[in-house]
Amino acid sequence: MPELNLTSAPAHLRHGSSIGQPLTRRDGVLKVKGQATYAADNHPPGMLFAVMAVSGIAHGRVTSLDVAAAKRHPGVVDVMTPDHKPQLAIDPEIKTNPFVFRMEVLQSNEVRYANQPIAVVIAETLEAATEGAVLLAPRYEELPALVGVDAGASFVPPVVGVGNPTENHRGDVEAGLASADKQIDAIYETPPQYHNAMEPHAIVAHWDGDGVQIDMPTQGLMLSLARVAELFGIAHDKIHIRSPFLGGGFGSKGLMAGPPVLGLMAAKLVGRPVKLVLRREQMYGPVGHRAPTRQRLRIGADGEGRLTALDHHARTVSSTFDDFYEPAADASHTLYAAPAIRTSHDAVRVNTGTPLFMRAPGEATGSIALESAIDEMAWACGMDPLAFRLKNYAEVEPITGKPFSSKALRACYDQGAARFGWAKRLLQPRQMRDDSGLLVGWGMGTATFPALMFQAQARAVIRRDGAGVMEIGAHDMGQGAWTALAQIAADAVGLDIDRVEFKAGTSDLPDAGIAGGSAHTATAGAAIHSAGAAVIAKLADLATNDERSPLFGAGNAGVIARDGRLIRRDDESRSESYAEILARAGVAEVEARGTGAPNPAAMEEYAMHAHGAVFAEVKVDPELGQIRVTRMVGAFAAGRIVNPHLVKSQLFGGMIWGMSFALHEEAITDRRSGRIMNANLGEYHIPVNADVPPLDVITVEEHDPHVNALGIKGVGEIGITGSAGAVANAVWHATGVRVRRFPIRIEELLTQR
Amino acid sequence: MKQFDYVRPATVAEAIAAAAQPGATYLAAGTNLLDLMKGNISRPDRLVDVTHLDGLDGIETLADGSVRIGALVSNADLAHDAGFAKAYPAVAEALLSGASAQLRNAATVGGNLLQRTRCAYFYDTASRCNKREAGSGCDARDGENRTHAVLGWSENCIATNPSDFCVPLVALDAIVEIEGRNGRREITLDELHRLPGNTPERESALEPGDLIVAVRLPPAARGFAAHARYLKVRERTSYAFAIVSAAAALRIENGKVAEARLALGGVAAKPWRARAAEDVLRGVAPTAGVFQEAAWRALTDAKPSGDNAYKIELARRIVVRALILAAAGTPARIAALPASPFASTSGAIHA
Ligand SMILES: Cc1cc2nc3c(=O)[nH]c(=O)nc-3n(C[C@H](O)[C@H](O)[C@H](O)COP(=O)(O)OP(=O)(O)OC[C@H]3O[C@@H](n4cnc5c(N)ncnc54)[C@H](O)[C@@H]3O)c2cc1C
Ligand code: SF4
Repeated sequence: MPELNLTSAPAHLRHGSSIGQPLTRRDGVLKVKGQATYAADNHPPGMLFAVMAVSGIAHGRVTSLDVAAAKRHPGVVDVMTPDHKPQLAIDPEIKTNPFVFRMEVLQSNEVRYANQPIAVVIAETLEAATEGAVLLAPRYEELPALVGVDAGASFVPPVVGVGNPTENHRGDVEAGLASADKQIDAIYETPPQYHNAMEPHAIVAHWDGDGVQIDMPTQGLMLSLARVAELFGIAHDKIHIRSPFLGGGFGSKGLMAGPPVLGLMAAKLVGRPVKLVLRREQMYGPVGHRAPTRQRLRIGADGEGRLTALDHHARTVSSTFDDFYEPAADASHTLYAAPAIRTSHDAVRVNTGTPLFMRAPGEATGSIALESAIDEMAWACGMDPLAFRLKNYAEVEPITGKPFSSKALRACYDQGAARFGWAKRLLQPRQMRDDSGLLVGWGMGTATFPALMFQAQARAVIRRDGAGVMEIGAHDMGQGAWTALAQIAADAVGLDIDRVEFKAGTSDLPDAGIAGGSAHTATAGAAIHSAGAAVIAKLADLATNDERSPLFGAGNAGVIARDGRLIRRDDESRSESYAEILARAGVAEVEARGTGAPNPAAMEEYAMHAHGAVFAEVKVDPELGQIRVTRMVGAFAAGRIVNPHLVKSQLFGGMIWGMSFALHEEAITDRRSGRIMNANLGEYHIPVNADVPPLDVITVEEHDPHVNALGIKGVGEIGITGSAGAVANAVWHATGVRVRRFPIRIEELLTQR
Repeated sequence: MKQFDYVRPATVAEAIAAAAQPGATYLAAGTNLLDLMKGNISRPDRLVDVTHLDGLDGIETLADGSVRIGALVSNADLAHDAGFAKAYPAVAEALLSGASAQLRNAATVGGNLLQRTRCAYFYDTASRCNKREAGSGCDARDGENRTHAVLGWSENCIATNPSDFCVPLVALDAIVEIEGRNGRREITLDELHRLPGNTPERESALEPGDLIVAVRLPPAARGFAAHARYLKVRERTSYAFAIVSAAAALRIENGKVAEARLALGGVAAKPWRARAAEDVLRGVAPTAGVFQEAAWRALTDAKPSGDNAYKIELARRIVVRALILAAAGTPARIAALPASPFASTSGAIHA
C-alpha cells in the first residue's frame, strides 16, 4: 500500500489547539479523486477471483453440487466445498470468547439460513467465477423454515446485547400501574434491517509461506487478527491486516464473519492470492443484521402527568445456532423518571443468519417504541409531549439511581424546541395543514446513547527534527478518524496537525480496540492523549534535568508543550524547542506508549450517557397517505466535540437513519421460505436525497469530567435514537393515526380521510 | 456470468435477422436487461445491441400533427424536449417520475416499453415463477404481495407492469411501430402488453426478432395538453416504483369535459386504460362528484390478489386526485418533484 497522502494542513487550519476545530476530512481529496485504496482495490500479482455460491433454502441440507460442470467452465480454477477445502486449526463452532460468532465456512452440508455460503468458486476472472457458482446448480433436502417472531416456543436468553442482564427492575411496576390514572398498553413492531454499508464485505488474501497479508475492511483489526490466528493456527505476528478505509460498517464489519474466512481458505487452497467480494444480495445473511422486535410497553401516569410505572418487554429473534439478542427494552433504563421500571426480553429461534450489532443495537429499536409510547401517554394526559418529558425528566438514572456524570438534556430540549418553533404546536392531531392542503405534523423524541469506553493503546514519538509520530491501529469507517484522532494527537504532543505523522488502519500498530459502541474517538483518543502526555514527559525529563537547558530545574513547576516547544509553566519566556532538546541530548527520538481504558471507579459512581432532543415535521397527503419529512432539528449533548464538522455529519447521518427506520427500512422476508425478497438497494428502501429535508443540528455545550480524560462521549449512534420516534410521532400528529408497526406504510394511513 | 455473443448490427434488417434466432435478445441501454442477466433471471445466448442503429433516435412531428418518437430516444431527452413536454405534459411528467436521473439518461423509449415486472419472486431465482419458468408455479400468489396486481391478474401470475411512461401513453392512444421478419406493422400500445391468463411467460405481442422502432402519438393526443397530469404514489419521494399511479387527460370545452382519458399504473400486468371511467366523464362538468363516480367505474372489476386490497381504495383516490389536478390545468412548468403528491408543497402554515 503506498503511503497515504492525506491532506496535512487544510487551508482553514487554525494553529494552536487542534481539538474543537471544524477541519474537513483529511482523506477527502483522496476519496473524491478515487485514490483512497479500499480493500477490493488491491490486486496482488497472480490474484484469482472467488465467488460464493449461497443457499436458496433457509433450512435443510445440500445434497448435491455439480462441481464438474463448474470446473469445466473456462477460467474456473477450483471449487471449494465441504469435501474439498483446507483444514482449519479449530472448529469454527467453538466460541473461544464472547466476541466470537459462529460462521458458515463449509464445515458441513447443513443449511441454517437463506444466503448461507455453500461453496466457493475460484477462477481467473470474476465473470468465470460467477458463472461457475451458477453452474453448481445445488440440490437440497429442504426442511420447514422457521420465520418471524412467532416461529416457535419463546425462551428467555441468559443475556442480551453484550452481556446485559435480560431483566432489570426497580420498584413495583404492577403497583405503579394499578395506582395510575392513565395507562398505556401498546405493542410496537420493528422489522429486520440490514446494515447495507455502501462497500460490500471484501477480502484480498495473500498467503506467503505460513504468513498472510490481508486487505479487508474491519472495525476491529485486533479481534479480526486474533480470530484469523486461531482459525488458521498461526502466530499473530504472521498476520498483517490493512484496513485504511471502510466504506461504512455500522457494526457488520466489527467481528470476523464467514465470507472473509472463506477468502482466506480459498487463497490457501489454490496457493495464489484471492479476492472475494460479496454481491449486494449476499450481504443479507452471513454478515449480520438488526433483528426484528415486537415490544410491549405498559406505562402508567398519575393525574399530574407523572409516570408511576414503565414496563418494557421486547421479543426478538436469534439464529438457530448462535446467540445475539437485540437489547431493545434496555432503552427504557435511562430517560424517564418512573419510580417503578421493569425491562425484560424473550426470544425465538429462526432460520436466519445470526443477528448482530447494527448502529445503535437495542437503542434504536427500543427508542422508537419507547418514544412512541411516551408520546401516546402525553396525549392521554392531555399534555404537550415536551412538557410531559420535562415533567418526567430524570435527575438520576432511573434504573440504577446513580447520578449522571453530566447531562445537558434540558438544554437540548430548550435549544432544539426554540430552533424548531415547537411552542406553536397545536396539541390536537390532524389540525395543521399547509397552503396546499397537506396535513402537517410535529413530533419529538429524546435521544440517548451510553458513553462507553473500551481498551486501546497508542505509541507516540518525537523525532530529532521536532516532528511527531502517533501510531494507533484505529479505524476510519467514513466517520473521520483520520482527521479527528489526528487532531487529538496533535494536541497530545503539542504540535500543529501538519507536524504529526498520524498512522492508523493496519494491524501492526498498537491495538485501538473496536470501532463500535460510539466509543472509538473516546477510547483511541484517550490512548493517544496518554501516549502524547507520556512522550512529552520524557522530553521534559531530558530538558529539565539538563543544566544547559533554559528549562533546567523546572521539574516542579512543570512545563507545557505548545507549538513544538516546551514552555516553563510559571515563566513562559523560558522555553526550548523539541528539536533543540533532542539535539543536545544526542538522541534520535523519544518514544512512549499510552493506554485508554474505562475507569471502573467512575463507572461505579456515575451513569454515563449522551443525550439529545429531536424535533421533526412531516407532511402527509390526507387522501393518498404518502409521507414526507420536511424539517428536522436535533440538539445533542455529547461531551467534548473534537471536530464540530465531522460530528455534525455523524448526527445528520444518524437522524437520516432514524427517519429511514420510521418510514423506509425493512427486509421483506417470505413467511414460508425465509428468503429475503428485497435484497437489493433498489427495493430495500433507504431515504434518497428527495426524502432528506433540511436538517439542523445543534451541539449543546457539555463538560464531563468523569467519562474519560478528554470528556468525549461519542456521537456515532445517538442520532438514530429519538429521531425515529420523532418522525413516527409527527406522523401521528399529522394524521391522528397511531401506527405501531414500522416502517409506517401508506395503507395504514388510508383508514381515515 | 454466462458467456454470450454480442453483435452490433449495422441495419434494422440485420438486427432483426440476428435477433430472430432462438436465445437472442435485443440490448438497448441495458438498465433492466443487464440487471436481469447479472441475477441469472435472463440468460440470453446472444445480445443484439441496437443502440448503434441509425435513424431511431429522433423526435419528429409528422404532417398530420402526430409525433413520432424513435425507439432509441433516451427517457431524459424525451422528457426534456421542450416541444414534446408542452404538447404531452403528462408523458413528460411520467418519464421524470421514473427511476433516477442517471437511469433516465441511459434508458431508451423501446427499453422502457419492454421493461420486465419488478415482482420480487420473478427476480429471485430460488422462487417459483411462471413468468420466468413457464409452469413452475407462482410464489407471489401466497407470498409477500402487497404491491401486486388488483386488475387483470390470473391465478398464474399477479405481477404488475412497472412502467410509468406507458401509463399516459396508453391513455393517449399511442401506437407502436414494429419491424419484424415479415416487414413493418403497427399496433396500439394497449395491444403491446398481454394480461397473464394461462401464459404469463408471454408478456407482449412481439414475435421473435420484432424490433420496436418508434412510438407514435396520434394527432388527437395534442388536444389534452391544457389538462393533463400524471400522479404517482410511492414509498419514498423519488427513485421508487409506483404503488399505484394514474394519468388523467381532459379536453374541456365550454366548462364541460368533451373527452377524457384515464389510465392506471401499478395495478395490472399492463398499463390499464380505464375506458368505462372515461365514458362517465364525457359531456359533463368536471366536478368532484363525477370524478368519484369515474373512480368507482375504473375499479369496478378490481379484486385483491393478496395482501393488497388497500391498492383498490388507493387507486380510486388517485384517480380522483389526478382528475382534479388535470381539471385545474397543466402547470406552466413541471414541478420539481414530478408526479408527486408533494409536487406543490411550500412552507407549513396552520389551519
Ligand atoms: C433501480 C431502478 C429503478 C427504476 N425505477 C423506475 C421507475 O420508477 N419507473 C419506471 O418506469 N421505470 C423504472 N426503472 C426501469 C427503467 O425505466 C428501465 O430499466 C428502462 O426504461 C429500460 O430501458 P433500457 O433502454 O435500458 O432497456 P434494456 O434494459 O436494454 O431492455 C429492456 C428490455 O427491452 C427489450 N428492448 C429494448 N429495446 C427494444 C426495442 N427497440 N425493440 C424490442 N425490444 C427492445 C430488451 O430486449 C429487454 O428485454 C427503474 C430501473 C432501475 C434499475
Ligand atoms: S406474480 Fe408472476 S412474475 Fe411474480 S412470481 Fe408469480 S408468476 Fe412470477
